[in-house]
This record gives sequence, structure tokens and C-alpha cells, in this order.
Amino acid sequence: MAKLNVNGRMRNVQAEADTPLLWVIREQVGLTGTKYGCGVAQCGACSVHINGEVRRSCSIPVGTLKASDKIVTIEGLSATSSHPVQEAWAALDVPQCGYCQSGQIMAAAALLKKNPKPTDKDIDEAMTNICRCGTYQRIRAAVHLAAGKRA
Amino acid sequence: MNRRKFILRSAAAAGGGLALGFNLPFSLSSAAAAQTAAAAGAEINAWVVVKPNDTCVIRIARSEMGQGTITGLAQLVVEELECDWKKVATEQFTAGQNLARKRVWGEMSTGGSRGIRISQDYVRRGGAAARMMLLQAAADEWNVPVGEVTVANGVITHAASQRSTTYGRVAGAAARLTPPDPKTIQLRDPKEWKIAGRPMKRLDTADKLNGAKIYSIDLKLPGMLHAAVKACPVFGGKLVSYDESKLSGRPGVHRVVKVNDSTVGVVANTWWRAKTALDALPIVWDEGAGATQSSATIAARLKEGLTASGEPLAGWQEGDALKAIEGAAKKVEAVYSTPFLAHATMEPMNATAKVTPDRVEVWVPTQNAEASLAAATEEAGLPLDRGEVYKLDLGGGFGRRGGTQDYTRQAVAIAKQFPGVPVKLIWTREEDQAHDFYRPISQCKLSAGVDESGKLVGLHIRVSGQSINAFLNPQGIKDGKDMRQLQGLSKEPGDAQFGYTVPNLLIEYAMRNTHVPVGPWRGVNTNQNGVYLECFMDEVARAAGQDPLEFRRALMANHPKHLAVLNAAADKAGWGKPLPAGVHRGIAQFMGYGSYSAAVAELSVSDKGQVRVHRMVLALNCGHAVNPDQIAAQVEGSVAYGLTATLYGECSVENGRMVESNFHDYPILRLAEMPKVETVIVPSYDFWGGVGEPTISVVAPSVMNAIYAATGKPVRSLPLKKLTLA
Ligand code: FES
Ligand code: FES
Repeated sequence: MAKLNVNGRMRNVQAEADTPLLWVIREQVGLTGTKYGCGVAQCGACSVHINGEVRRSCSIPVGTLKASDKIVTIEGLSATSSHPVQEAWAALDVPQCGYCQSGQIMAAAALLKKNPKPTDKDIDEAMTNICRCGTYQRIRAAVHLAAGKRA
Repeated sequence: MNRRKFILRSAAAAGGGLALGFNLPFSLSSAAAAQTAAAAGAEINAWVVVKPNDTCVIRIARSEMGQGTITGLAQLVVEELECDWKKVATEQFTAGQNLARKRVWGEMSTGGSRGIRISQDYVRRGGAAARMMLLQAAADEWNVPVGEVTVANGVITHAASQRSTTYGRVAGAAARLTPPDPKTIQLRDPKEWKIAGRPMKRLDTADKLNGAKIYSIDLKLPGMLHAAVKACPVFGGKLVSYDESKLSGRPGVHRVVKVNDSTVGVVANTWWRAKTALDALPIVWDEGAGATQSSATIAARLKEGLTASGEPLAGWQEGDALKAIEGAAKKVEAVYSTPFLAHATMEPMNATAKVTPDRVEVWVPTQNAEASLAAATEEAGLPLDRGEVYKLDLGGGFGRRGGTQDYTRQAVAIAKQFPGVPVKLIWTREEDQAHDFYRPISQCKLSAGVDESGKLVGLHIRVSGQSINAFLNPQGIKDGKDMRQLQGLSKEPGDAQFGYTVPNLLIEYAMRNTHVPVGPWRGVNTNQNGVYLECFMDEVARAAGQDPLEFRRALMANHPKHLAVLNAAADKAGWGKPLPAGVHRGIAQFMGYGSYSAAVAELSVSDKGQVRVHRMVLALNCGHAVNPDQIAAQVEGSVAYGLTATLYGECSVENGRMVESNFHDYPILRLAEMPKVETVIVPSYDFWGGVGEPTISVVAPSVMNAIYAATGKPVRSLPLKKLTLA
């Protein structure tokens, strides 16, 4: 039994301590916006924020987290889907299949929080999630667009 | 409309993320059910449902896997329907409904870049017929001739009497009218399109931004169990035994199940528990004859096919290529090869099934819901009409989730052992890499003869490799000859035509099958054949002392559409204009899926042999361009998919099984490596071509030709990661 703070709510979850946070979020907490893509910290489909940092939840055992750790999933990014990143993604029709986009959006939101005006190089370094549909060109443009909106 | 599906979709749209109450409607009171039906609106015809609030629901037969087909097909219907685009919703029906209504919606299969080009006529007619009925209903109500009423954005007007009404208000009456005689339906000239042909925003974006979209892998049903599976890693191998006792005491595990002759699974109360229990399960396999196979044994077999004689060869010829090459002033010869590739859809294979003695239901990401229905009912041992398939939008398809439906069969085989209980099967990424239907492996030997003036006088292309038809569709092979493996090198116009005129030409395919399962992979055989032909054309151009673009142009006078696209790409890219130091260009053109593509790549190769692609210009003539922005998105996506294959893609075989197991050793292109993509759409408005696949065929060869320009050495095998380019 673990206590987790997910999207500002305390949850009691029944899971073995070595269960990856990804599967606790999906199967015990019941939020499925965070996706499984590889399970080995390669693709970023499972990206969430932990205490403001973007992390790959498939590779974090739930037992290593404390009740005081603040976990934010895509569902908790904005109550009204109006985070500047979400709005920029909509404006440029970024998603194709959409499966990777929760992770991409979480990565972009974390980037902009630290670096409100990222250069292309900053985006290259921060946006390392895989998109098999190949939406990268629009992701880059949307990060710039979101940065502009924030300013 | 089917209310179960309606509830499923509404629940998904509401984004509750809670159990999708698939049996909810049956517990509604009949008054509530009637209300639901009224709010659901009036079905004018199979394609169009109009609700009292003027929302027009467009039915979509094809699967959405990111390619934007929902939006494109809705644009085509709405163009004729003339309703308000802002009040458009879409809805997908089930395979069972299509069957029950005698396939009123036609085929549901989504592959071969056919979604728009094959459906466009009948869906536009559906929209036009619905418009005619809605106008007729208003005219009847006002008692005026239908010719006097007009419509704009779903508002019907009779100018003479200054009356107006809306689609929503007349829908009930319209639905009761007899449909118009098909001969009286006139479709709008595409040059006058207002909704189609424009870069409308996708209709399915909102819930991809906030986690609300329910993919099949996300599905939750009451009482559901979870399954993980492992099939014998060697293709063709069998399951011998497993030791279930080793799992005793593991939390949540229900039991180990034999799925089929080669597959074992664990069912548990969560997927993670099922997966980890399966990892701990001792399994004995009979690996079978395939275990002796490796990339080296397969390459040797293919190599033999490059020169073999005395067997049926698919292909065609003009003149006498061998003689012309023999007698030519200059001869060029090269052998190329391309590897097996996995699709690696972002959402791994998965399916949920519920089986009772007289019914099977599956929830599945499928490119072909009717194939899923056939697979599910067959696996359950039930007739077709005792099954139902709820398709959920796919987290990527690329050809992996079409006719084969292996994962659907597995889910049903497992659920059968838990009667009445829904079971969700999810594959690990490792299982997905180990058991794909791979892009077929092949090699190609090309020879050319050039005369003193630098003219190409003879060309011989011999492809040797695995046949998709032999594996999936043997009836596609005639007398041992499989033309499909020569996709893009066909004599016949219209679909995938060879774009050059060569006086002496011989094109051949020698079938060399392996124990590895193969299938369609975005772009299918245009990928390999595009590399072979277009890279070799650069080698011949260089031998003839000519610019690669000029060399091609001289051979394309009889293929004006191929040529126009090549010119469009070259113009936009500024072919021949100076480039920054160290940057080089490559060009390629090819045809597939009824469309014409060309590309120019700009790249540099570092001292260490590192390739950096800076810019790619792609030109596409797909006949009619239904949504230019989504066409650009598909072109951008095809560059990422094609570059991944070029730089990294290889599934290699050792001891009969695939070596690469996850994204650490099967790398996918990332954002930092994505070049700037410029899409030039040059529609000629006289045919309907595909969009999702055609441009991928020119990505690899244009890049390889640019490397050739940079290094002076032709690139004859992929992926680049295995080559030393410096
Ligand atoms: S699922 Fe976590 S990085 Fe891929
Ligand atoms: S949008 Fe499909 S994987 Fe990124």
C-alpha cells in the first residue's frame, strides 16, 4: 500500500513496491492518458511531472516515491485543456494518431517552465520523446508558438 | 445508430476515464431509451444523421490511425451536404452493424492509402443524396417546387416567400422520403469546392491533448482481467510446456493459459502482474527448423536469386536488355539490399475480448474491422453474426493492424477460457518487435548500358526477395509469379508505374521466401524498389557524365506526370543553385498508390561519417487534394518514418529469431534529427491518388543519392548506421 499525490489528490494504491509508477497510474489510479510505449525509458510516452521535473514513469518503481512527491499527469496539466502548450498543439494540429502526445506535451510544458524562450537547440535537447507518426516538425513549431504566447 | 457504440463514444468524449459502460443502454428505462434515440437524430441515409440541434453526424467507415481520414472523409460528405462545418460530428459504426445492414457502408479496410480515393465517389453521393432529401422535405412542407429552395450552411431558404428552416427541423421528414434516383445526383466540380480542398482543422484533436482519448489499450470494462503473452521467439516454433507451479503465491495471478500452439499467456488482475509473472514462468519451446536461420543464411538465399535461371520470374520487358547492355559502350552494374523492418506502432498490439457460449465481442485497434470480426468469430468457433467488433482509433497502424489480426485471435483464445469475463491482452514492446509481420527483405541486381553519347540503351533489374503474397495472400501469385513485389516498377499506368522510357528493358522478380512472417509496411514494396531504381539511376547518370536531374528528365518525356512532380521538387529545392559548403543534394522520383512523388534531400556528411539531413523538399501529385494541411502532415510523417528506416532500421535474424528487441537497439528518429520538410502539392485534378504512403518511397533514395554526391561513393545497402561513410 502506497500513498501518492497525483494531480493534487492523495491516493492510496495497492501495488507491489517494484511496480513502475506508469502502471500504478494506469491500473490503480485509473488515469490512462499516460501511455506505455517501451517500458525502458526510451520513448517518453509515459512522461509525467514529479515535483516539476519531467520523468519517464515506466522506469520509476512506485516504492521510491514519497507521499510528499507531487505527481502531475496529462490529466492534471490544466483543468480546461488551456495550458499554452495544449493550445499551441491545437492551433498547429500537431497530433496524428495522438498516442505519444501526452508525453510530448508534458515534456514541452516542463521545458517551457524552466526555459520560457527556448532556442531550436534547447528544443532539440529537451524534446527527446519518440513520435512514430513523425509530428516533430509541428512539435518544434508548437513549442515556439507556446513560448510566444507565454511572453 | 447503435446506442452501445454511441455510449462508448460519449463516455470516451466525456473523458471520464472510468469504466466504459458498454451494457448501460440495456438498463435504461424505455422512456429514457426513446429519448436517447430522438437525441441521436434522424438517419437521412447510411452516411448522414441529422440531429434536432442541427448537428450533422457523418459516418466514417475507415479506421483512423493518425492519417486524418475522419476529417478528409467528413469534408467530402459535407461538401455535398452543405451543412455547417462547425456543427459536424463524426461517428464510427461497428463491423457487426455493417454486416447486419448488408455492407451498406462498403469495405471498412484501411490500407493501401485507399481511404479517400476508393470511397470518395460513394461518400460524396451520400452527402449529395442527403442534401436533396433535406431540401425536398422543406419544399414539401412549404408546398413549393424543390427547385426554388436553396441551402447554405444547413439553413434552407425559399427566397420568394422569405421562409427559412434548418436541416435539424426537417430531418425527421427527410428521413421518411424515398432516396433520389442515383442518376439524378450531380457532384460538385472539385474546382468549386468550399469545404473539401481546404486545410480544415482535424476533427479529432481535442481529446488527444488532455489524456481523455481512450485507445484500445486504455479500455476498462467491469470485471475485466488482464493478459500478457509470449510466443515462441523462433518463427514457426512450438510451445512444449511450462511450469505454472513457479508462479504460486504471486499476487493477483489467475492462471497460466495456453493461447495457441506457439503461445503461452498469464492472466492476472492487473497487466503489470500478468507481465511480471510471465517473465518468471519457465517455458520450454520446440524451436523447430527455423532456429537454424540467420541474416547470413537468408542473405545467401537471396543472393542466389539474383542470377538464378529456369524458374518463373514475374516482370516485363521491352526490346532486348541483356543484348543491349552487352554491346553498350559503357556498362554499370550494382547489387543493392534492404533489410526486414518492424512497424513499431507507438501503441503496442492489444485487444480486449469477451466470449460467451453464443457470442464474442472484441474491442480492438484495427485497420480492418471486418477482418477482426472474421478472426474473432472463427477463433471463438461462432458464426459471423454472433460477433461484434468495436474499433477504437489506433495509436498508429502503418499496415501492421490490417488483415492478419493475430493479436485479436490471441485475445479471443484467452477470453474463451474465462467465459463471460472481458480479458484485455497487451503485448510488451519486446513481443511487438519479436512478432511483427515485417517489411520483406530483398536484394536487387541492376545492370545498365550507356552509349557513347551518354544515352541509356539498356536496363536490367532483378529483384530477389521475400513475397508478401506468398505469406498472406497466395492467390495473388499467378503461375509462381508475384507482380506485387515489383510495385513501382509496373508497365501499366495508373497505380505504380515505372516512370522512364528505356528502349531495352528487363524487369524481373525471383521469389525467395524465408521463415520470417512478412506483411505490408507503410509504402510496402515502393520502399525497396524506390531505393533500387532511383539510387542506380544516379550511378548510371554519373557514368554517363550527366546531372542526375537532367539524366532523368531525358527519359521521362512519355511520363509527363512523373516528370511534372520531379520538376516541382527540383524547382522548389533550387536544384543546381549553390549550396553552403559541405551541403549536398540528392533527388529521386517514384510512383505508388496512384500518386506521383519526388524529393530533394540536402545533407552533410561529417569527417566521422555522420549524416545530418538539413532539408527535404517533397512534391506530390495525388490528383485531388482534399485537405492540404493534412497532406503536408502525412508527407512530414513519411519523412520521419522513411528516415528512420534509412538511418537505423534493421531487424536482424540470429538463431531463427529477431535480435532487436526495443527502441534501444531499434532506434526511431527523434526531433533533433528531423530535417526541415517542405511539401509541394501539385494536384492535376484528373485522378484520385493516395496520400499516406506514396512519398515515403522517395525519402531513402534522395538521401542516399545526396550521400553519394557528398562522398562520391554510392550507398547500396541500408541502414546507414551499419556503413562507414567517411
Ligand atoms: S514507456 Fe516509458 S519511456 Fe517508453
Ligand atoms: S502522433 Fe502518433 S506516435 Fe506521435
